[in-house]
Amino acid sequence: MMLQFNVLAASILSQYTDFEEIDWNKMWEATKETLFMTVGSVIIVFILGLAIGLILYETSNQHSLAANITYRVVSILVNVFRSIPFIILIVLLIPVTKQLLDTMVGPKAALPALIVSSAPFYARLVETGFREIDKGVVEAVESMGANKWQVIFKVLIPESLPSIAAGITTTTISLVGFTAMAAVIGAGGLGNMAYLDGFQRNKPAVTLAATVIILIIVFLIQGIGDRIVRRVDKR
Amino acid sequence: MIELANIKKIYETKRGKLTAVDGVDLSINDGDIFGIIGYSGAGKSTLVRMFNGLEKPTSGDVTINGSKISALKGKALRSKRQKIGMIFQHFNLLWSRTVLENVLLPLEIAGVPKKEQKSKAQELIRLVGLEGREEAYPSQLSGGQKQRVGIARALANEPTLLLCDEATSALDPQTTDEVLDLLVDINQKLKLTIIIITHEMHVIRKICNRVAVMESGKVVEEGHVIDIFKKPQQEITKRFIRQDTNPDSEDTDVALSQLLTEYPEGKLIHLTFHGEQTNQPVLSRIIRQYPVELNVIQGSIQQAKEDSIGSLYVQITGDNDVIEQAIQQIKNMDVEVEVINDVTV
Repeated sequence: MMLQFNVLAASILSQYTDFEEIDWNKMWEATKETLFMTVGSVIIVFILGLAIGLILYETSNQHSLAANITYRVVSILVNVFRSIPFIILIVLLIPVTKQLLDTMVGPKAALPALIVSSAPFYARLVETGFREIDKGVVEAVESMGANKWQVIFKVLIPESLPSIAAGITTTTISLVGFTAMAAVIGAGGLGNMAYLDGFQRNKPAVTLAATVIILIIVFLIQGIGDRIVRRVDKR
Repeated sequence: MIELANIKKIYETKRGKLTAVDGVDLSINDGDIFGIIGYSGAGKSTLVRMFNGLEKPTSGDVTINGSKISALKGKALRSKRQKIGMIFQHFNLLWSRTVLENVLLPLEIAGVPKKEQKSKAQELIRLVGLEGREEAYPSQLSGGQKQRVGIARALANEPTLLLCDEATSALDPQTTDEVLDLLVDINQKLKLTIIIITHEMHVIRKICNRVAVMESGKVVEEGHVIDIFKKPQQEITKRFIRQDTNPDSEDTDVALSQLLTEYPEGKLIHLTFHGEQTNQPVLSRIIRQYPVELNVIQGSIQQAKEDSIGSLYVQITGDNDVIEQAIQQIKNMDVEVEVINDVTV
């Protein structure tokens, strides 16, 4: 009985450690594709998220009708896109991607779906960050004669920097996860490796290697993010 | 010269209209340290925000040196605000900026040339006694130091008016006095007008020359601080003064009400001395002149900005007519007398 178990375990283990099976050049290409999708989308998500977060913050709890309507509309859009499962969203957006980028495969094709799914999520984090700023500080700066833009760039963003940085870290990590799912539209990357090469061609070692690389990427992002948050937080 | 003319502020709330400020008229002279005292909810915080347009009156005008602040908007209002400093109960510093950077902020906002910014900020940091702490973050400072940064920041654009919104309420008594001394110092050195919102009569007594007492949106009493201390008219004013002159006024109240029930035949009187009279032997003269007994219950002397104020609670017993004569005689010596008939404990 014990012997049988050992043999079984050894055979499973050998499948995972059959590193001969791995084409490291392809793996490196896939890593670069994952990094491209992550970095490319994060840059746009960061800018878009800040802008949408700012709109949400500035239009909430206002007396004017225009502000109220803007808040409602943006808020509903954010909630809708945040709620659509990524795997569905990416398929849903295929016609848009085709129009926009003239292609529906490759890492670039994954960008619209990655951005549309993450920007609303990040916008909410940014909005929350702005809300946590003491209203008195904003009032103090207004009392100095600051205009809206000065309040945004001298108070809102600097004073919520730890939230902004922590938020983009979380968002980036979830984006890494999404890039793996983008394999379904042939976006390439490590998810693609793990699924097509690893699973469909029955090479568990490839899947394991892809997993390890993704984990390293995630831990690096988390590590860098934490450092930045600690750096900017002077509270 | 700052003038408030028939200021009203009505908030629309879900439960209906709420009148925060109800027809306030005030005029404040240049160089005044003007105190506005009231309990929370009296409307004083709303009122002080009208001086720099953070709140707009529902009706009425706020005029500072001839220009109507309450009618200004946008850029014109923002450039006026640069000449009105404001400090706050919770300091409202930016934690993301150092002391120096916090003081630089209003200069950046006003568009002062970069080269001048730093020397100006450093001069202000020296003025408030924080040299050497330029690179510290607010989280590394004590409450008193934070308020000093707040003051330096408020003075950056050389304002003619400084608004203080409960600026010492979050500080301990020792630090409160230090900050108050600094405010007087600034008032004299820079010749600026200071408006102070507070619920502590102590603050008014220490540094203000004029005071307005607010209750439910209205100014119920207004005048020179010494006059108000000498002859408070309104019940609320008396309460503020009593809390200041006798910090243990509750104990006094208990003692007074006990004496009132134990000795219904005698009279309890509250004497208020000021200036020269604090040095006069008023009581011994009375005993020598009239056949009455005096029993001192509580007494104190307080230093105000321009004068000192003495307060004495005395039980006076003897023949009723003689008591009346004695009280009249005390009044003739220019001492304020209040006969206490009942005490609300």
